[in-house]
Amino acid sequence: MAPDATPAAIPRPPLVGRLRGLFSLAVVAGIVVLAFRQTGFDIAALFTGAADFWRFFGRLVPPPSEIGSNWGTYLPQLAKPLIETLQIAYVGTFFGTLLALPLIFLASANTALDPVSMWVARVLLTVLRSIPDLLWAAILVPILVVGPLPGAVALTMFSIGVLAKLGSETVEAIDPGPLEALRAAGAGRLATIVYAVVPQVAATMVSYVLYVFEINVRASVIIGYVGAGGIGFTLQNRLNFFDYTGVGLIIVVIFAVVLVIDGLSVWARSRLI
Amino acid sequence: MSHIEFREVEVTYKTGLKALKGVTLSVPRGQFLVVVGLSGAGKSTLIRTVNNLVVPSKGSVHVGGVNVTAARGRQLRQVRSDIGMIFQTFNLVKRSSVLRNVLAGRLGDVPAWRGVLGLFPREDVAYAHECLARVGIAEKAFVRADALSGGQQQRVGIARALAQKPSVMLADEPVASLDPPTSHAVMRDLKRIAREDGITTIVNLHFIDMAREYADRIVGMRDGQVVFDGTPEEATDQAFEEIYGRPIDAEKDLRGA
Repeated sequence: MAPDATPAAIPRPPLVGRLRGLFSLAVVAGIVVLAFRQTGFDIAALFTGAADFWRFFGRLVPPPSEIGSNWGTYLPQLAKPLIETLQIAYVGTFFGTLLALPLIFLASANTALDPVSMWVARVLLTVLRSIPDLLWAAILVPILVVGPLPGAVALTMFSIGVLAKLGSETVEAIDPGPLEALRAAGAGRLATIVYAVVPQVAATMVSYVLYVFEINVRASVIIGYVGAGGIGFTLQNRLNFFDYTGVGLIIVVIFAVVLVIDGLSVWARSRLI
Repeated sequence: MSHIEFREVEVTYKTGLKALKGVTLSVPRGQFLVVVGLSGAGKSTLIRTVNNLVVPSKGSVHVGGVNVTAARGRQLRQVRSDIGMIFQTFNLVKRSSVLRNVLAGRLGDVPAWRGVLGLFPREDVAYAHECLARVGIAEKAFVRADALSGGQQQRVGIARALAQKPSVMLADEPVASLDPPTSHAVMRDLKRIAREDGITTIVNLHFIDMAREYADRIVGMRDGQVVFDGTPEEATDQAFEEIYGRPIDAEKDLRGA
């Protein structure tokens, strides 16, 4: 028998803490219910619509006897728009990274020049991020003419916002010791950043750039849909002509390419950190 | 002739904390000064007013006749490049090589573009290697800093400060993160180099015995003020009890080998 028969009361967290948890849960649940009501979300519709779904799905694939000839003629035609999509994503990521670099250091509290320019940089980044890439493309297509250029510019804008935000959060989280040491040694501002900050954030930043490239590959398909070039543009074209087998093939190709890019990027990032 | 002069230095932090309450001190050229006191006594703040990492709210600090407190921009960088500093947590860039860390000490003297591109003059690179040799880790030049032991990392810290060719060396609790034998080895290095190069040195220390062993002069601080100023011989146990404001018996056990 235990030396003490009556178990000692285990201290419980204060009542306020427990109530706070319950309250948060109630708020989340309330919002879900409200959102369901407002959007008329109906789970049953998912099932009643299933028949249409399968009918449409069936049209995406050519009859088995024609698969060879159909895909054989189509696939080579997709190479050019597909490469264009990757190029749009690549160019957007490249220039986005280049332009984000100075903004990262201007917007980080520990490397900023002064409070005013830091504030300006932060507001600029917030504005850049608040405009979705699709909206950028929709704005830029009429200005820059239908084609890959507005797509690349749209993704550049989007990449600047995302990379500068992630980058400045990384910069603000570095070990401040080396910064203090280099300031104490009389190093200039740029040299201090190059020697004390860059080595601490480089691997993480490269990983973010790869991640943004991943996002941009997917996004460049979508913005192609509003006329910004690439395979998204082709997809929209095929849909307009009710060429469902063409649409089906494009979907499969996009899926395969995104999967490969994601896989490569995940592998590359895992090697970095 | 005095090399470093604190003139009624007061520091009040934004939080309202008064870290220094009017410190006046004069440190002659070449002196090895050890500042002792409890955590929070103002030692770190005092040492940081010398290179203006902490800006005094009142009073001024002068190094070699230059008012550091009033210095700005290029002039401040010039003053700082003449003042080496080593830190309790070493403050090395862990992902960079030892050599690159030491070369960072030259950044105050080389043109900005050379520093940024890493194109240091040959003699600067040679000097960085020489500094590493002086602290006994010449063979570690191309190793990443985080691959070294604590004692070795602090030696890189000393080498980086030395690379500045400083006339003043500041050391903020340089051995507080090290084991006792390593602490003594690092203190011996510091003292030897200060002697050889005639560097005026201010060291913050926790340990009484170490202060007595290495100091030319001991300054005791309590609550933002200088409460003791004398030779190691004058710094008796009783004097330390007054500095600390409590008995020191428990701390005797902390003496290093």
